[in-house]
Amino acid sequence: MPADVRANREALQSLPWEIGVPKPDPTIVVDRVTRTFGGLAAVNVDHIEFQRHCITGLIGPNGAGKTTLFNLLTGFDKPNSGTWSFDGRPLGRLSSHQVARLGVVRTFQLTKALNKMTVLDNMMLGATGQRGEGMLRALLPRSWRAQEDGVRERADELLERFKLDARRDDFAGTLSGGQRKLLEMARALMTQPKVVMLDEPMAGVNPALTQSLLGHVKDLREQGMTVIFVEHDMDVVRDISDWVVVMAAGKVIAEGPPESISQNKEVVDAYLGAHHDAPLTVEEEEKVLAESEALIRAEQAQHDELMNESRRHS
Amino acid sequence: MDVVTILTNSLQAAFGPLAAFYALLALGLNLHFGYAGLLNFGQAGFALLGAYSVAVTSTRYDLPLWVGVLVAILAATIFALLLGLPTLRLRADYLAIVTIAAAEILNLVVRSRVATPVTGGTQGISQFSQDFDALAPWSTFERFDFFGIRYSGKDLWAMTVGWSLVALLCLLTWMLMRSPWGRVLKAVREDEDAARALGKNVYLFKMQALILGGIFGALGGVLYALAVTTAQPDAYQTSLTFFAYTVLILGGAARVLGPVAGAIIFYFLLAFTDNVLFQLTRGRDPIVPADILTASDAFQLRFIFVGLGLMALLIFRPQGIFGDRREVSLDAR
Repeated sequence: MPADVRANREALQSLPWEIGVPKPDPTIVVDRVTRTFGGLAAVNVDHIEFQRHCITGLIGPNGAGKTTLFNLLTGFDKPNSGTWSFDGRPLGRLSSHQVARLGVVRTFQLTKALNKMTVLDNMMLGATGQRGEGMLRALLPRSWRAQEDGVRERADELLERFKLDARRDDFAGTLSGGQRKLLEMARALMTQPKVVMLDEPMAGVNPALTQSLLGHVKDLREQGMTVIFVEHDMDVVRDISDWVVVMAAGKVIAEGPPESISQNKEVVDAYLGAHHDAPLTVEEEEKVLAESEALIRAEQAQHDELMNESRRHS
Repeated sequence: MDVVTILTNSLQAAFGPLAAFYALLALGLNLHFGYAGLLNFGQAGFALLGAYSVAVTSTRYDLPLWVGVLVAILAATIFALLLGLPTLRLRADYLAIVTIAAAEILNLVVRSRVATPVTGGTQGISQFSQDFDALAPWSTFERFDFFGIRYSGKDLWAMTVGWSLVALLCLLTWMLMRSPWGRVLKAVREDEDAARALGKNVYLFKMQALILGGIFGALGGVLYALAVTTAQPDAYQTSLTFFAYTVLILGGAARVLGPVAGAIIFYFLLAFTDNVLFQLTRGRDPIVPADILTASDAFQLRFIFVGLGLMALLIFRPQGIFGDRREVSLDAR
């Protein structure tokens, strides 16, 4: 593991487990970002920083706003208010492709393999700064042929690493669900990103492939990339994250190292509802019974009163 | 029944200037729909702009032919920009609605009384192909015979230019589609968001494809107007766009030579059924008695037969002549 990666991971150990805690070496910084759909505040994040060279897990129950936050950070959606920056550069006004060109690349919850293109073409598409992507330059193969060979070589290396090399010339649409996840991740790497944002990379993947995917995600960190990922499987989150951010109802409700999260009361409440597992003692049970009886009596009294009143009127 | 006449007539149509015109329109649609996934239902509008560009510049302003062609390209570019600017950021179906409406508007404007001094109204403009005919290396009034298939010198000239243009644009399409530009375009067709997430400016690629395919259509309009020496609004109705789509799907979308094969086969089938029906119903004592089918009814029947043929094709070969069956099966997933 490179020294700076280890240093950045260790630096997280000494941080307090507080929401919005400043990181020693932040790459993405989010400030007062809100996004509402109608009356619903899908995202309402006050302040959050993501440490460079680390794997940050973003967790939370369904509808917590994780994917919406991803969409905002990568320019796929526009916020109602707020700012965020990448390496000190504000990203708020950039469109999605510009964000990707800066080195923040994402994958999607529902895998977007380009079905009617070959696996290799999927990969080669990912390379940025291709000269042959200009319409007029495209007609002069001499101007892009050499670059194209380089891109193909890099694509083949990545395909081999992700064990997709056997499917190189097949249509991406013929891959299995797990292979598509691998392809999407490998394709994202073709852009040579600095930050990789993975939206549920393990969803719908069989356990055997999950292990290999996890290995690839850890590799990204080894290579100096910053990884932010959304995940539901707590075992996965515990296994690979250096830091965990928990969202619920659009807000960040906790952040800290993975071991801090499972004990956090806010988090447990958000996932399972408050008072979900408080055992009832005999006294408490009697109290609850008494309360409900009182309630019933009160309702009965109210009902009688109403009846009397209506009788009086008639 | 005269089988030789039927075949020669059908072949004459299959390679005639009209088939080249349809091939050009379909080549444009291939860029739009086949490669970029843009549903342009206004290709007739682009063709109309091309036809009227050469007609108006030469008859009203006495400008040479090449100016007319330049104006046609420019007009198609502007039309594509107007269509694309508001719609290409939206979902695909908006483009379809806007293009079909815009082509219809163009047609109505050309017909309108206000525009009549320039466009000739419903009568259109005729007699402007002298410059074009003068370029022919042979006499445009003579008749030429190829193995029994006869063409007038003028048709032969329009065919030569038309099919050369088709060949040139096929080459252009082929070169573009094997380049990284073509790869991005196909990715846009498959999934815009995926392309965006990889740093591609999807809007720009869609606009470029819309303009280029529109120019193909306008050049088709130029060729057609010069071949028939008239520019007349009835020739550019919405049905023209749908015939061009038929040609494209018949040949196989997203295949360079698909539109060419499609145009030839479509025109062959159309002329073939037409000729067979004509032979069956002609004369004093027709093969099919007149109380079953008259000659004028037979003319209407040909589209029914061609339609049935197309249905059979889509059932048994949904990918078209040149398409790849595997690609079509992926759509169902």
